[in-house]
Amino acid sequence: MTTVPRRDGWDKVTGRARYAIDMALPNMAHAAVVRSERAHAHIVSIDRAEAEAAPGVIAVVTADDLGHLGRRFGHIVCDHPILAVDKVRYYGEPVAAVVAETPQQAADAAELVWVDYDDLPALTDAASALASDVLIHEHSYVEPGQKFLDVAPAASADNAAHRSELAWGDIESALANAAAVVETTTTFPLVYGYAMETYNALADWQPGALHVISTAQHPLMVRKELARMFSLPLAAVRVEVPYIGGGYGSKSYTKLEPLAAAASWAAGRPVKVTTDVEGAMYTTRADGARVTVRTGFDAHGCICARDIDIRFDTGAYADNSPLVLTKSINRSFGPYRVPNLRVRGVAVYTNTSPASSYRGFGAPQAALAGELNMDMAADELGIDPVELRRRNLLAPGDTIIDGKRPLDADLAADLDAVAAALEEYAAARGASSSESSRTDAVANALEEHAAAPVPGILRGRAVAVSASDAGASPISTAQVRMHSDGSVTLLTSSTEMGQGSRTALAQIAARELCVPIDAVAVGQSDTRFTPFEWTTGASRTTTVVGLAVQAACADLWGTLRSWAAESAGISVEQVEVCDGLIHAGDGALAPAEVIRRWFGADAGEVVGVGVIRRAGATEMLPPFWEIGAVGVEVSVDTATGEVAVEHLVTVGDVGHAVNADLVKGQDLGAATQGLGIALWEEMVYDGEQLTNPNLVEYRVPRLRDTPRRITSVLAERGDGAGPYGAKGAGEGALNPVPAAVAAAVGRAIGIWPTELPLTPPRVWSLLQQAESQTRN
Amino acid sequence: MNGSHASTSTVVRCRVNGQQVEMLVPVRLTVAELLRDRLGLTGTKVSCQMQVCGVCTVLVDGNPVSSCATLACDLDGAEVLTVEGLAQGRDLHPVQEAFMAANALQCGYCTPGFIMMAVALLQAHPDAEAAEVREWMDGNLCRCTGYAPIETAVAVAASRMRGQT
Repeated sequence: MTTVPRRDGWDKVTGRARYAIDMALPNMAHAAVVRSERAHAHIVSIDRAEAEAAPGVIAVVTADDLGHLGRRFGHIVCDHPILAVDKVRYYGEPVAAVVAETPQQAADAAELVWVDYDDLPALTDAASALASDVLIHEHSYVEPGQKFLDVAPAASADNAAHRSELAWGDIESALANAAAVVETTTTFPLVYGYAMETYNALADWQPGALHVISTAQHPLMVRKELARMFSLPLAAVRVEVPYIGGGYGSKSYTKLEPLAAAASWAAGRPVKVTTDVEGAMYTTRADGARVTVRTGFDAHGCICARDIDIRFDTGAYADNSPLVLTKSINRSFGPYRVPNLRVRGVAVYTNTSPASSYRGFGAPQAALAGELNMDMAADELGIDPVELRRRNLLAPGDTIIDGKRPLDADLAADLDAVAAALEEYAAARGASSSESSRTDAVANALEEHAAAPVPGILRGRAVAVSASDAGASPISTAQVRMHSDGSVTLLTSSTEMGQGSRTALAQIAARELCVPIDAVAVGQSDTRFTPFEWTTGASRTTTVVGLAVQAACADLWGTLRSWAAESAGISVEQVEVCDGLIHAGDGALAPAEVIRRWFGADAGEVVGVGVIRRAGATEMLPPFWEIGAVGVEVSVDTATGEVAVEHLVTVGDVGHAVNADLVKGQDLGAATQGLGIALWEEMVYDGEQLTNPNLVEYRVPRLRDTPRRITSVLAERGDGAGPYGAKGAGEGALNPVPAAVAAAVGRAIGIWPTELPLTPPRVWSLLQQAESQTRN
Repeated sequence: MNGSHASTSTVVRCRVNGQQVEMLVPVRLTVAELLRDRLGLTGTKVSCQMQVCGVCTVLVDGNPVSSCATLACDLDGAEVLTVEGLAQGRDLHPVQEAFMAANALQCGYCTPGFIMMAVALLQAHPDAEAAEVREWMDGNLCRCTGYAPIETAVAVAASRMRGQT
């Protein structure tokens, strides 16, 4: 399919694009959040008198003021209070909201709310939280039998938010009989998505109705939770989501919407809540992870067993982490033949900011250990790391997990493309190919140093792969309305957060209805007007919503055929559709003509509806396996420990690229976020408090960090279940990147890094270790 | 406006996108708040609120300025240009066109800031080379694109503005 320009380009270069943060309603007030200054404490009292007397203040709201409203949310475990109830569980937790006429007045008055705390022991890391008798949540929120899809929330007597396991074969005897067992333990940092539009929500409550405009990726999920909390029918809750200023999973599920809605209910006015970056970091982060992988190999380098332990630092509330954990388990052992497997996962409550979905959804955490383990194994076994992977990769059609969709990708071909691109660049630079394929990293470190073309610069390169059960639940509805001139309005509740869904879906509708792309208008998601959509995440939109659009277009053609038949007085079987024209006895008619004839006027429209559920092409889960296949070449400055990315290779294995530019944009953007995790990004807790809640000390990739060379390959083999053989993109190019960077740095410096990010001090320390090991 | 009594407010007179503005503003009001909340010019975005991310970049007397960290009262007598003032009627500025053509945006939230910084760069250094572009644009963050398309867009705009299309 030809690439067309983005539909939102004009809006976005002229400043016209409206985001939730730009929205206002008449008589709107503003809320500021009073945040906890303790990580774990009972609330003794809240003194609000001074704040209530401050200029412009309309209301001060605490949990006690919420009356009959549902006080908690959380679509898997309903553990998350709108405002802290009786106790706080992390530094920065919302304790009260101050509603005032202006944002400045609200912020000023928030400083005047005095909270008295009775401290409890703060458990700020997962290991101590799991070992402690102190419970962060004293009781279970789980109703007997309650379940979210395949996730049954754990009712536990410790600080585990969720436990899950996946196993087959006989792990113990397979490991005992292995020719070699290689073990890797990695630490994946706490990272923050930093969507540049920070979380915000504008709510307007009135008796029997609630209208919210917010940054939610999944407006229908938010609607469901608000309806329950406010005891309203679904239809009475309207969630409107204009352009979103970055999502990356961090805006999945319910965030600030209940707080804004409760403030509006309390104040009797529309109320807007906007977080600053610090508040956004407290709102949601990704799960930190400690992962141990033990892989047993036979004498030929074939995997005979993988034994994996995953421990998530999930923070104070579960949010989506139970589901992230189960996905992380599914994604932890790689797209390899693993005859004996055991993966045990636990998501642990800690007294830190809550974690949830983030681009990759558990895959980057697990792949860091799993793929680094493959590189370590390659060295121990004396096999080239690309070759070792080739020997173990699953083939198209193979089973990854019993009962799930067979592998719908050619990973070996993807890996070859990555390896070839890496080699080509290295060869062009004059590097010897032995540089990255030596078998004993540690012993050769000094020799490597000496052989480096630039004194003081070490180089290494590595590949990594992953496969994710993506696409989420295949539940989607699309509506296409063809007007009396043949132009089309396409409605879905898919949110546009930069991925280009409005463009790609318009392309699919245009192709199905044989109209020019400019004849298709796409509406923004608004639960009052746009039809049901499960989520916008899991790289699902082109595939799952695309199928719904195709189905809607087919439905529209069906109606046009019956209308043409009725107008011509013939049976519908006598009507044929060919090349966008309808043949109904008296020659070929354009759809617009069929509409006008049937209505008997230059008026009317025909509506097609397409529904996707677990049936047909999407009966088998996942809807597709999302592939990650990447390579990096890095250079390390031995004097400073600074790592630079010389070459980044991504393969977008998307089956069919509906819009090649958009796919490449997703791949580079995702990979760049992976580089951020690998090299710079980390939320640092020192005791109870986050020490770097700002963009100076939380460093994200900058323009001058971009790789010297970028190779973006698209693999289009038509092997997806989506339109024209399409599969999703958006997460795949992130998932294996942190692992690839760790392995490449390991190859450069002669010691395997196991903790990210690889900041200069951390790499410099590793260099010293490598040197002393070599000396001894 | 509540809380804007005389002792903490001042009159600012400036031109914004060619239009004269005269307004009593609290001295604490930032340029970003003036533009977004008082003048309805929401094309200018805010994010980090500490002069790091560049999304709030506007031109004041031709120089790029972080509007989140500049006080509106300091605009007295100044000429302010925002993303809304770049196009001439229906004709986009070459930098705007280049950002569209090079696919240099995704969510678009950082785009106005990048565009204003690129305009400032190319006004000051029409012959800017790659290293200079990287130096200037390094103060703007983008979380979606991975930056490479943005560099391309600036290069395309530069050559177009030099008449080398």
